[in-house]
Amino acid sequence: MIEVVECGPLVTLQDDGRPGHLSRGLAQGGAADRRARAEAEALLGQAGAGIETPGAPLRLRAGETVHLALTGAPMRATLGDRALRWHAAQVVEAGEVLDLRPKGPGVYSYVHVAGGFQTEAILGSRSAHLIANVGRPLAPGDELPCATGTGRAMTVDPTERFEGGTLRLVPTPQTRLFPAAEIERFTATRFTRDARGNRQGVRLAMDGRGFATEGQLNLLSDFILPGDIQMTGDGVPYILGPECQTTGGYPRIGTVIAADLPRALQAGPGATLTFRFVTPEEARAAAPAPPAVRPLLRDPSEVPDLLGMQLIGGVISAKGEE
Amino acid sequence: MRAGAVQVLTPRAVPGTPVPMGDSFPRIEPLGEAAVLVRFTPRLDDAANRACVAFRAALEADRPEGVVETASSLGSVLVRHDGRDPTALLEPRLGACDWSAVPPPPRRLWSIPCSYGGDDGPQLAEAAEMAGLSESAAIEALSTARIRVLALGFAPGMPYLGILPEAWDLPRQTGLTPKVPEGALVVAVRQFVLFGTEAPTGWRQIGRTLFGCFEPGRARPIALSPGDEVRFVPVSPEALRRGADADAERHGGATWEALE
Repeated sequence: MIEVVECGPLVTLQDDGRPGHLSRGLAQGGAADRRARAEAEALLGQAGAGIETPGAPLRLRAGETVHLALTGAPMRATLGDRALRWHAAQVVEAGEVLDLRPKGPGVYSYVHVAGGFQTEAILGSRSAHLIANVGRPLAPGDELPCATGTGRAMTVDPTERFEGGTLRLVPTPQTRLFPAAEIERFTATRFTRDARGNRQGVRLAMDGRGFATEGQLNLLSDFILPGDIQMTGDGVPYILGPECQTTGGYPRIGTVIAADLPRALQAGPGATLTFRFVTPEEARAAAPAPPAVRPLLRDPSEVPDLLGMQLIGGVISAKGEE
Repeated sequence: MRAGAVQVLTPRAVPGTPVPMGDSFPRIEPLGEAAVLVRFTPRLDDAANRACVAFRAALEADRPEGVVETASSLGSVLVRHDGRDPTALLEPRLGACDWSAVPPPPRRLWSIPCSYGGDDGPQLAEAAEMAGLSESAAIEALSTARIRVLALGFAPGMPYLGILPEAWDLPRQTGLTPKVPEGALVVAVRQFVLFGTEAPTGWRQIGRTLFGCFEPGRARPIALSPGDEVRFVPVSPEALRRGADADAERHGGATWEALE
């Protein structure tokens, strides 16, 4: 069990969500940064549902010894007086208190334990889906059941995804409704990730006028998916997130490819984003390699009693035997 | 929905030069890298919606290789895949028959109690007048119309229902009603929406149900399916609440029967 001691707003449990309910209006949902889950999975063997925090501070007490992974947007992580490595899995002993504070860049940070948190599943998932009224944010006093476990300290090289950049798009059925000049202007524009954003969608800000389709459109509502870039009535683009509605009537100028979606949603307020179209074949080929993990070698800076330790022993001659 | 030629639109790497929209339906269009959209119509059309429901049911009965999920909306069928684009497998199926003439899959006929007008339907009078009817004639027309769940969306399990007679082709309000309650029955553009949550809307509220569109704790959390038929049975405000209080399933006193 892990106890939530302190917890900022909108911290939730997330797994891969609930696929299969689009026909009934329920979006899949799940973790905003799927790569962070893949990294946790690689670090722990089996990650299950983990904690997602949109940079909100968090303090957790281990009710028992757990093998715990920290992935996604880096936070300042301490265990008592010891700094904990991010993008890594380590053992947290029973009774220890893990403290996470925002540090940036990036938006969504993740805490997973080996085997996952065993809260009650709803429709096959432990993900909170707040827009759909499924589950609720975590609160101080919550006790999250999990298995006792131990394991090696491991680290993973994260994909680069916390500071914006160029996002690759594939066309949607509505892309062709935008005049060629508007598409060109769109791909030439440097957007800023607006402060307004959540798991439903992220607003983009830009200089100059909005992006419009030709003529007044009255589109029949149709399916929308996470990654779609929806152009609202005033021509302001939104990148849709895991809790977007299942259908909508606004035109979508393109869809961010799956490989770049973690980067789209991890771009924090003020990050610069640009767009480039690719083909669906290129999009599928762009999937990153599975996360590579390796044993975590202890960094001397993380050892509090370094000066008291015997670091060199058994050396008798600088020249060795010649 | 004529059978025969199926238009397949291929994506372009750089979508710069406009492609004529064309008017050939159904057509298959890519939607992102892991889904295609089978679009039966560009505008609201009962026959095309029936085709969507029937085509989707046929896909579910025999899923083509690589397909991981299907869903139907007002005028299209979404086909999510695992990276193996199913377009070539969908084309012959799509062209095999007139999908709007295929008998509908097994579905339910729901009778959902509704309190029309008054505090439960503050815009009934306005909507009735726009439709050229008295209030009582409007209730008669709305409660006897044989309507179908065209699609579920906006909020989980929240139905778009229709298609209502021509007289109900009411435009949306120019301003939004700041808030209608959960269970509100609203009308516009020849459709009902039954609100699954409290929400702002540009549609006019003509009645109130206490039907829980989505209850995660229920054995069948989302009660309705696209293609289900619905009647909104007129009841008094008191009877609505009495029936709902007695309904542990949070269906607001609604009943259903299976239709084959």
